[in-house]
Amino acid sequence: MGEAVAIDRLHFAFTATFHYIFPQLTMGLALLLVVLKTLALRKGNEDYNRAMRFWARIFAINFALGVVTGIPMEFQFGTNWASFSRSSGGVIGQTLAMEGVFSFFLESSFLGLMLFGEKRLGQKLHWFVTFLVFLGAWLSGYLIIATDAWMQHPVAYSVTPDGSYALASFWGLLLNPWAVWQYAHNMLGAVQTGCFVMAAVGAFYLLSNKFETNARIFIRTGVIVGAIAAMLQLYPTGDAQGALIARDQQPTLAAMEGLFKTSNGAPLAILGQPDVENRKLDNPLIIPNALSFLTYRAWTAQVRGLDAFPQSEWPDRIPLLYYSYHVMVGLGTLFIAIMAIAAFLLWRGKLYGSRWMLWILLLTFPFPYIANTAGWITAEVGRQPYLIYGLMRTPEGISQRVPAGSAWFTLIGFLGMYMVLGILFLFLLYREIDRGPDSTVAVVPHAGGMQPAQN
Amino acid sequence: MPTVWFCLVALMIAVYVLLDGFDLGAGIVHLGVAHTDEERRAVLGSIGSVWDANEVWLIAGGGTLFFAFPLLYASSFSGFYLPLMMVLWLLILRGISIEFRNHVKGPLWSPFWDLIFCLSSALLAIFYGAALGNVVRGVPLDSSGYFFEALWTNFRFGKDAGILDWYTILVGLAAYFALAEHGALWVALKTDGAIRQRAQRIARLGWWGVALLTVGLTLITLRVQPLVLANLTGRPWGLLFPVIAIAGLIGVFAFLRGENTVARERKAFFSSSAYLLGMLTSAAFGLYPYVLPARGGLALSLSIYNTRTTDRAMQIGLAWWIIGMILATSYFVFLYRRFAGKVSSDAEQGGEGHSY
Repeated sequence: MGEAVAIDRLHFAFTATFHYIFPQLTMGLALLLVVLKTLALRKGNEDYNRAMRFWARIFAINFALGVVTGIPMEFQFGTNWASFSRSSGGVIGQTLAMEGVFSFFLESSFLGLMLFGEKRLGQKLHWFVTFLVFLGAWLSGYLIIATDAWMQHPVAYSVTPDGSYALASFWGLLLNPWAVWQYAHNMLGAVQTGCFVMAAVGAFYLLSNKFETNARIFIRTGVIVGAIAAMLQLYPTGDAQGALIARDQQPTLAAMEGLFKTSNGAPLAILGQPDVENRKLDNPLIIPNALSFLTYRAWTAQVRGLDAFPQSEWPDRIPLLYYSYHVMVGLGTLFIAIMAIAAFLLWRGKLYGSRWMLWILLLTFPFPYIANTAGWITAEVGRQPYLIYGLMRTPEGISQRVPAGSAWFTLIGFLGMYMVLGILFLFLLYREIDRGPDSTVAVVPHAGGMQPAQN
Repeated sequence: MPTVWFCLVALMIAVYVLLDGFDLGAGIVHLGVAHTDEERRAVLGSIGSVWDANEVWLIAGGGTLFFAFPLLYASSFSGFYLPLMMVLWLLILRGISIEFRNHVKGPLWSPFWDLIFCLSSALLAIFYGAALGNVVRGVPLDSSGYFFEALWTNFRFGKDAGILDWYTILVGLAAYFALAEHGALWVALKTDGAIRQRAQRIARLGWWGVALLTVGLTLITLRVQPLVLANLTGRPWGLLFPVIAIAGLIGVFAFLRGENTVARERKAFFSSSAYLLGMLTSAAFGLYPYVLPARGGLALSLSIYNTRTTDRAMQIGLAWWIIGMILATSYFVFLYRRFAGKVSSDAEQGGEGHSY
């Protein structure tokens, strides 16, 4: 039983983490595609169109990988978490079904048109189709976040006679305050991934003296949008997210911050290693009273530490929670610094000549992926020991009839399958980047193409 | 309200089978109808712009099932754990084989991806059929509403049958033939030249397999699941569904004879769609109000009443579902109209189609 819980958690953690490599870039790029297409229309500059087409091709590869790794997630609710599905399907099944009905149909119908229909549609309609793809991607994100937000902070439900939950208010579910702030925070993270990747490819081209006109567009767009997103990530969205945790998940806040003892004027730990056994933080580097101020806007406010709660309410992986939270915040701060310096150089007209800054932009693109992943680990490990916060504990949610062995077997299967997917993805991406934005050839040479409608 | 959602979920699954069915079928007959690289690209081109949109119906249908009948979703997905995981892997393999066949060309990899595409399509059809067979036959549910079933035991139909016994394998085979037929008709409709000829020949030959399995399986099913006959005699208007299936089957036969016109090919394809729709709705009608019969008797069976969510949740769902479906249908009409007509077989057409 204990083994089954651990392996089912690992199973979902692995497939979800791998899956999220793709949507974060898809969602970030979707916005940047609209930006590039808008600039192309307003400036009447073909360079922006060329840039847009290049990123649309990267988008398409990334999107395909997101789809094939996303389908398993919907299945896994039923296969590995049957008790949870039975209890909560009447609520979160709605947002999951809506994602299919409202987002996936939209994206899958218009993606092909965005990639191949530019000539036929004309520039204005092509902008509109690009916008629809963006809308589909961002709507999809909202519906998934609304699902997760309900697990973090259940609202708008009724309890049925057999003890499961059913939706009582449509807007209550969709406008859950957790959903709104989580969404804003998450989407800014996705935009940063898109910006860092776009700027990195631009820097790569500039440093290799290739495709310079487009490279400058990539860097400029990535840095300007990225700088805005990096700041909004911290404030107000990160701050608001923290306030919600402080209100609704107090043991989680204490564990994230490594605060073992309740104190008036709690310090903010910048560094330090949590020692859960002895309930203390080793080698701490702290800012006195800062946690109290950040949480309650008062330097001497009382922040409850882990000692204020029974151990059964503590998140069960405190070191993991503590580190993923600190990695996220640390990287987020680094992004602000990098983007601010790059934006300053851009403003002074020195960015394209600063090789050191271009190297930084080139090498830092993996960091937003790490920060986004760490952020999600913070959210999901922070929700523990509950599956639905306050309502259902994690071990209660698994499929009772699925043997741990079956879950092991399929986890190993997914590891192998996703390794192949990852290699193929990198291979395709490399080919596309190597080919570059100047290529007028579409993703596929046109052989056996569809002819226009005949009826 | 639960009956409404029973019909809507059945409808979404039927639409999924009709749409993804033809691209799975195109995969099954892929190696048979298309011999040269150019011909194979034409087969892929005929489904290239629509297969992923078709697959969305599976996700949307699954999500709808999840919220309307949570216990059914939980029980069946955990009970069919291993076969479902294999379906997932096959879907992934099939998706990447289409994508890669499209991106990476050459004598080394193209035949490899062609084979993967064909095999994964064929296995998916058989798995879907076997899944339907299990739902009709019933599973060893106990009073908790859950079950565990081995992949196979002794393949004999009976008390300790596994997921695969001779009955469910037969349904899998029937699904294989029916979707191959459906796909062959699609390929014939969308292509020209030698592939079109071969696709028609496969469709004509395959028809006998479909007809034979349909008649045989229907007779066996009436014995395997007495509920079906009871429902049909209890509500005779439900005979409409099998009649649609038979009419579709006869239609395919009739439109495959005589001269080859696009209009007749289209009618043959729509007849095949009617056949699939008729078979699936007959199965749904035959089981209603049960959704997963128990082998231990109807008292343990899952029905729309003991797996449902509340009326309130279902009403909320209906509001957005109707709006969403109007939107989705309009995208599909738009998409299919845009890509209507035959895939051109001349290479380097230079157009802007979604092509391979």
